[in-house]
Amino acid sequence: MTDQDRPQYQQLLARKVEVVNVGLEGFVKDLRDCDIGVVHVDWKPSAGGDPQMAALLAKLGV
Amino acid sequence: MKLIEDANQQALGRILEGEPRLIDIVPARQLIPGLRERMILHAGPPISWDRMCGPMRGAVAGAIVFEGWAQDLPTATKLAASGEIEFHPNHHFGAVGPMTGMTTMSMPLFVVENARFSNRAYCAINEGLGKVMRFGGNDASVLKRLAWLRDVFGPTLGKAIRAAGGVDLKSIVARGLSMGDELHQRNLACSSVFLREIAPWMARTSTDNAVLAECLAFIGQNDQFFLNIAMAMGKAITDPANGIRGSTIVTTMCRNGTDFGIRVSGLGEQWFTAPVEMPEGLYFAGYSEKDANPDMGDSAIVETIGLGGFAMAAAPAVAGFVGAGAPSEAGNFTRSMGEITVAQNPEWTIAAMDFAGVPTGIDIRLVVDSGVVPVINTGIAHREPGIGQVGAGVVKAPLACFQQAIVAIAKDLGVS
Repeated sequence: MTDQDRPQYQQLLARKVEVVNVGLEGFVKDLRDCDIGVVHVDWKPSAGGDPQMAALLAKLGV
Repeated sequence: MKLIEDANQQALGRILEGEPRLIDIVPARQLIPGLRERMILHAGPPISWDRMCGPMRGAVAGAIVFEGWAQDLPTATKLAASGEIEFHPNHHFGAVGPMTGMTTMSMPLFVVENARFSNRAYCAINEGLGKVMRFGGNDASVLKRLAWLRDVFGPTLGKAIRAAGGVDLKSIVARGLSMGDELHQRNLACSSVFLREIAPWMARTSTDNAVLAECLAFIGQNDQFFLNIAMAMGKAITDPANGIRGSTIVTTMCRNGTDFGIRVSGLGEQWFTAPVEMPEGLYFAGYSEKDANPDMGDSAIVETIGLGGFAMAAAPAVAGFVGAGAPSEAGNFTRSMGEITVAQNPEWTIAAMDFAGVPTGIDIRLVVDSGVVPVINTGIAHREPGIGQVGAGVVKAPLACFQQAIVAIAKDLGVS
């Protein structure tokens, strides 16, 4: 089977993987322990994921 | 929303354009109309006797004896609990006070005038370290020092300040930031620069060398002397920024040992409160977390104008003192506070941040959106009245205050 014949996700994992981790930082350590390069993006959903507060913030221009 | 952005620019402009100047020291009764017998101003948002913490109650009892409304502390405590003493926040009377923040009629207050907007703000004189009323101290030594401040030190320093034509404060703060102060837990540089400016005027106006020496030594031996001046300055700077409809900029942060309170420009005099948190920090020998009182004081007014925890990068030594990590990590605090503020102050810069200005103009929208809350450098009081300071640390403002304010301003602007 050639690379072109594999499903797309398998093609991805057949090569060297480098990861951009967004949000929970706990995943970063596990990946680094597996010798996988990781760039961490410190991100949280608006208002900690509170939909009512996020909706108000959107109306107030955030 | 354009209304909010315009209002915030106006509020920010008023904060940055302030021209604070220390102009006098005057007994509180002459400065604050309505401050009368059996009335005590305290730190933080409004609170009744039954909800006051131990150090606040201790300070109240001491203040009552100091004013002669009771002969001794047990009688004073009964009087305070009887409902015959009126309690109000300093902030309702143009004043601020550190820790317990006691202000009563005969106490001498620093007067800071904001020449740009013609308003004034007041703060009592810093008592020094050890047993002091701001940490709940109330024994004879505390009251004796307060009497000396009232009868000797206040009049002596006030005369010198008037003779000097006042003292410009922005320039002292700018120099202090470049000399390792963040203006909350470290005021050594600003206190020293202030002493350098005022000492000649004290010498010119004093008629008693012994008194002069005593007063100079009092300032020189107190590294935190300038804090109370900086607090009155903060109040004088922020008051003109209050009451701008639509503005989401914070104009007050303070705590009374029970509640943390904020006020927001666009919402005027309305308080948003939540239970105050316990500082995290380092303790003096013999004390630990179990001795600590939750955070208190109006001193967070300095963070409200971008100093204290917001200017931690200027004072790496403080990071270690308050248990906030390695000195090399001090910049993280300032960068983090940059995420919840709308501007930097170009007149107050930090060399270690490549002369970036201190983060200024806390926007409640940015706080709630990011979940990053203001950090405040603070002293830690013993939870029992009369003991005093047991440590220093960092405390976080409760997110709930800012969430309540978001709901209120959305309602006010008709977008809820």
